Amino acid sequence: MKIVKTGMAGSLESSDVLITVDSNPGKGRNVNLNSIVKRQYGKQILKVVDETLEQLSVKDAKIRLEDKGALDCTIRARLEAAVYRAAGSESYPWENLT
Amino acid sequence: MSKNAIGREIPEELDGVKLTPFDGAVKHTPLVRQDKGNRQLPRLNKLVDTIEQAVIKSGLQDGMTISFHHHFRSGDYIVNMVMDVISRMGIKDLTIAASSLMAHHDELIGHIENGTVTQLITSGLRGKLAKFVSAGKMGKPVLFHSHGGRARAIEVGQIKIDVAFLGVPSCDVYGNANGYTGPSACGSLGYAMVDAKHSETVVLITDFLADYPNTPFSIDQDLVDIIVKVDAVGDPKKISTGATRITQNPRDLLIARNAADFIVASPYFEDGFSMQTGSGGASLATTRFLTEQMEKKNITASWALGGITSQMVKMHEAGLIKKMLDIQTFDQDSIESIAKNRLHTEIDASYYANPLNKGCAVNKLNVVILSALEIDLNFNVNVLTGSDGVIMGASGGHSDTAIGSGLSVIVAPLVRGRTSTVTENVLTVITPGESVDVFVSDRGIAINPRRKDLIEHFKKVHLPFSTMEELLEKAERLVGKPDSIEFTDRIVGLVEYRDGTIIDVVRQVKALD
Repeated sequence: MKIVKTGMAGSLESSDVLITVDSNPGKGRNVNLNSIVKRQYGKQILKVVDETLEQLSVKDAKIRLEDKGALDCTIRARLEAAVYRAAGSESYPWENLT
Repeated sequence: MSKNAIGREIPEELDGVKLTPFDGAVKHTPLVRQDKGNRQLPRLNKLVDTIEQAVIKSGLQDGMTISFHHHFRSGDYIVNMVMDVISRMGIKDLTIAASSLMAHHDELIGHIENGTVTQLITSGLRGKLAKFVSAGKMGKPVLFHSHGGRARAIEVGQIKIDVAFLGVPSCDVYGNANGYTGPSACGSLGYAMVDAKHSETVVLITDFLADYPNTPFSIDQDLVDIIVKVDAVGDPKKISTGATRITQNPRDLLIARNAADFIVASPYFEDGFSMQTGSGGASLATTRFLTEQMEKKNITASWALGGITSQMVKMHEAGLIKKMLDIQTFDQDSIESIAKNRLHTEIDASYYANPLNKGCAVNKLNVVILSALEIDLNFNVNVLTGSDGVIMGASGGHSDTAIGSGLSVIVAPLVRGRTSTVTENVLTVITPGESVDVFVSDRGIAINPRRKDLIEHFKKVHLPFSTMEELLEKAERLVGKPDSIEFTDRIVGLVEYRDGTIIDVVRQVKALD
């Protein structure tokens, strides 16, 4: 998917994550993670982000995560929503979402 | 033979015992009225005008140990007020032995950085000061003690307090102080009473001078050296709230329901039992569910220990708890209760939990309900460091009541945010697993396998029982397996068990890149 504008999803509530996706033309993926559980789950969160972007075929994007202890499934869902919004796409493949 | 001051012949010694001849009525007692004829003088009071004068008069020197109490909780003005003055006076290398320190005491960071304070002894640390210590920015490691352990250390002289600076809600000009009179009432002065008894010099700081004698008193005039009147010893709104409210959080209520069900089905729930509860959400709610069962089954508690909250006061006034022993009073209702209810009795920290005195109250507890940041497969409990390894809590009376009680119940959610409460090994052990009997969570109840009698007893009872291993697995299925926290070799805190032995150390957390 091609990122064309800023897309956001999530919140700063406990157990949620606020994800902002921005375009980054030709410069690959740039992930910036802030998390209250970075010491314990930082690597795992980055892995989930990477996998999700891979599945959505996002090559170039700036991604900022403000994590308040979200579970993997929450991170995946918020990231997918943010990417779709940032790509300006409203045709969500509900059946095929991870 | 020689003549004494009134001309009587007194032998110098008798049967080998040396005798000191009378030398005048006020010669050897400097604090006694020196001039009978004058009705105004000497003014028999211990008042000085400022904190600075008190510090000078106390003889405070470099390298000494000073103490504070935490009865004013987050409303305390005393620590910052006194340390400001001491720091400005240029006194260095002090040890602060506080019963506990709160988040707003982070002003101490400046006093540590300029060398005024070089060691901390406390039950806990919070906020920026805790982060500062965890980051290895203090020279000497902090010594963490339990409330009972502190009383023991002070009584045996392991902690030798040179000057105690004790904020009191009211006192008279001669030093009779109590905690329930005045605008900054905090209730029990239990922790401060130990300092008053055992410090070399005792300075009382108050914002309410009462008429002499300020009876009933918790700190006696015969222990007090110096008194300072200030505008305010604390912020009343932060010292106590009206009534500690019962949580509406459904998860806490579920934990509380499980805990109450467990206690009611246990052999400890019988007429005349005794109990202590914490002031956390689930713990307080447990009291509410217990109340319903006590009323239904016509069971009353003979006494409660605490940590007194409005919940307990209600039970006491309804006759469900006959007597209350109070080391620390948590809310306005309880402060009013300690002032008016004759069977609501103030106790000091040694009476509460000193393991080496001739009998402390925790020894006679039947049931205690306690919280936990982490609990591990061996039932060791951490209430000091967060899951990121950074100091954020306090030892408190946790280990004291766990071992003293017949049934120690740990209540906590299985998972908080992305953090599992159950771990393979807790980061810091405050309370050893051998003194913990059961863990009650929203996802299941685990009895310590060491308590074979309880496991046998509960075989016939239908409650959501699990093993600790199963609970850990349940949690990790939800949140995943965390990476281990990385520490440096540097020790920033020593955790003293209540008997004075070191049960664990806290290490500096490696900085995140």
